[in-house]
Amino acid sequence: MAAVHDHDIAHAHDHHPTGMMRWLTTTNHKDIGSMYLWFSFVMFLTGGVMALTIRAELFMPGIQIVNPEFFNQLTTMHGLVMVFGAIMPAFVGFANWQIPMMIGAPDMAFARMNNWSFWLLIPAALLLIASFFVPGGAAAGGWTIYPPLSVQMGMGMDMAIFALHIMGAASIMGSINIITTILNMRAPGMTLMKMPLFVWTWLITAYLLVMAMPVLAGAITMLLTDRNFGTNFFNAAGGGDPVMFQHIFWFFGHPEVYIMILPAFGIVSEIIPTFARKPLFGYSSMVYATASIAILSCIVWAHHMFSAGMPVTGQLFFMYATMLIAIPTGVKVFNWTATMWRGSMTFETPMLFAIGFIFLFTIGGFSGVICAIVPIDIQVQDTYYVIAHFHYVLVSGALFSIFGGVYYWLPKWTGHMYDETLGKTHFWLSMFFFNLAFFVQHFLGLAGMPRRVPDYALQFADFNMISSIGAFGFGFSQLLFLYVVLKCIRGGEKAPAKPWEGAKTLEWTLPSPAPYHSFETPPVVR
Amino acid sequence: MSQEAGHGHYYVPAPSTWPMVGAIALFFMGFGAAFSVNRLPLGYGLLAIGFAILVYMLFGWFGAVARESESGKFSAQVDKSFRWGMSWFIFSEVMFFAAFFGALYYMRVHTVPELADLEHKILWPDFTGGWPTAGPWITEKFMPMGPWGLPAINTLILLTSGVTVTWAHWALKLNKRGQLKLGLFLTFFLGFLFVGLQAYEYGHAYSDLNLKMTTGAYGATFYMLTGFHGFHVTLGSIMLFVIWCRVMAGHFTPENHFGFEGVAWYWHFVDVVWLGLFIFVYWLI
Repeated sequence: MAAVHDHDIAHAHDHHPTGMMRWLTTTNHKDIGSMYLWFSFVMFLTGGVMALTIRAELFMPGIQIVNPEFFNQLTTMHGLVMVFGAIMPAFVGFANWQIPMMIGAPDMAFARMNNWSFWLLIPAALLLIASFFVPGGAAAGGWTIYPPLSVQMGMGMDMAIFALHIMGAASIMGSINIITTILNMRAPGMTLMKMPLFVWTWLITAYLLVMAMPVLAGAITMLLTDRNFGTNFFNAAGGGDPVMFQHIFWFFGHPEVYIMILPAFGIVSEIIPTFARKPLFGYSSMVYATASIAILSCIVWAHHMFSAGMPVTGQLFFMYATMLIAIPTGVKVFNWTATMWRGSMTFETPMLFAIGFIFLFTIGGFSGVICAIVPIDIQVQDTYYVIAHFHYVLVSGALFSIFGGVYYWLPKWTGHMYDETLGKTHFWLSMFFFNLAFFVQHFLGLAGMPRRVPDYALQFADFNMISSIGAFGFGFSQLLFLYVVLKCIRGGEKAPAKPWEGAKTLEWTLPSPAPYHSFETPPVVR
Repeated sequence: MSQEAGHGHYYVPAPSTWPMVGAIALFFMGFGAAFSVNRLPLGYGLLAIGFAILVYMLFGWFGAVARESESGKFSAQVDKSFRWGMSWFIFSEVMFFAAFFGALYYMRVHTVPELADLEHKILWPDFTGGWPTAGPWITEKFMPMGPWGLPAINTLILLTSGVTVTWAHWALKLNKRGQLKLGLFLTFFLGFLFVGLQAYEYGHAYSDLNLKMTTGAYGATFYMLTGFHGFHVTLGSIMLFVIWCRVMAGHFTPENHFGFEGVAWYWHFVDVVWLGLFIFVYWLI
């Protein structure tokens, strides 16, 4: 008797449409997760091509390949595409695939809205990319779109603003969906403090998104009316203030930084215990550390603006508040290390990326603490030191965790094992070329090379050449990643339900590949 | 043999075309808006097409949800999901308005006094700061919008509508359908009346007070805050109207009426935002 209702529901979408319509109309969290991940990879290559064009121009001093105006468009769009098109959708893809499986839910709470959240990214991406081809070209004021420059630009800026509006709406819907799924759809017995850490980090990330994205929407709406309807929010002549934009933008922008790294912490916290074959050290302290980081992230925004003009009291407050973040982050790094301590470790590709993450993210974290110190920050503001800092946290932090997560869960997603040799090759190539590209940028920045400039003084030539070689090596290494993933989807050794003997979470109780409907009857968690 | 506690009862909808229709709508609206603000041909056309598709989607999608609800597909757990979803949506709206209230606060407390301080005397010797202001460089004369005329009446209207919607909710819980219909009707009628009076006030501001969007810091914050609030009241009134139509069609039971409650929450939210507006935009000038 009890099965009748279940059968009705299952029946409805076992007959899902085929071909293109399957993807356009799907309400399945796995389909939507896959679309997010592929979209993210396409945008990653798009933003990557922009980055390589930038590095090609910076290979030698002088202007060789692109004119300065186009160079500015490239740096701006590289940032917007990577942040909103590559990193964030990739993590939402993980959330879609993994959260229902990890908490024992049948699907996401709002399955149709889930699909809308994804499909809204397409018009937004088209608006962003098409803006290169309109008169005046794409937005060229940096990804932070500060006025007055962004008020003076051509229609590419309007297109970027509307693209951000649409992506923001998509993000808010996606986050509400994730929060509701986690709060309302856990299997019986799955108490909050039994949830896998990946789920915890996403719960907190989603909260940050719902809080921060509407503020960005407000900021860019004011920008839009200043540009087109004659308001004076950011114009001192009318009693407004361009620095106010920076405050509002970074009130969004700093939580955004943690939106891009907290899910990465979650993925690493799943991988490390699995391959160290020990439970995560200090689970509850990990949860509290994540929450502390999220709370602190809302009160540190002005450390992005130390050189914009601020009372010393303000500088001191934001400096100390920022340095406080190093404490919960340190707790996390300590816990990951302690998890590995005396574990019986093996070094499959996901573990390599996770350990690479810990090393390199920690370097990025330390350079972050250095940037938080006001007198130093005023020196390194807008130099390559800052570029090096945030690429250490975003590329070797967020992106490495994404790679690690993909390798970790590919057997579950595809039912095949990936090619371990090629995976390890991908890791070592990425590791080597990433450091080649970005470590030298610390030196460039400390020597005074400014960011967002297509030409530079001769003394920076050698380091820039090294950096460009590293960037091209890193970029082309990612084609190997594409090959490994495609190869894994098409075939390979059959994956058992639990390919990693140390894995503990619920998704490994399902067969590989995971069935179209995960948990039609809820598992019982003890 | 019921399994009310089980997950098997969670309603996962079948594949649907509405999300795709919505994405196409936003595609046209995004490009249409970008073209329109740059005065390109086609702009308004694209915007209108996008808006029409969006309205079509809203009708179709919400219609589908209402039918699913009426046919009893939603378990108590699904109902709880809707409650969480609506709460977090309203929280996101609160943060959206917080950006504009933050801008108002920043300008009044920080920017305008700074532009009138000693250092800036060299640039603008005659600027004295103070609020309301159009800034140091916009010299066109204007009058601010006082609180005790229409805005006070509008406050009364919105607060009354908060009472009527609660009165209707009581009626729904006690299954008094007549009182429910009347209460809801009064609520959205007051909502639309508010919007009409706001429109009239805007006309008055433009023609008599010379208060425009271009009137510096005061004009920008005035129109941005009241404009977005008015837009939300319009949406809320339309939502109340739709709920009223569903009540007339016999929808909702005393136990099961989240559609009504969600809209009522939203209505109280726009009400509270208005109180903030009345105090910080109209009253404290």
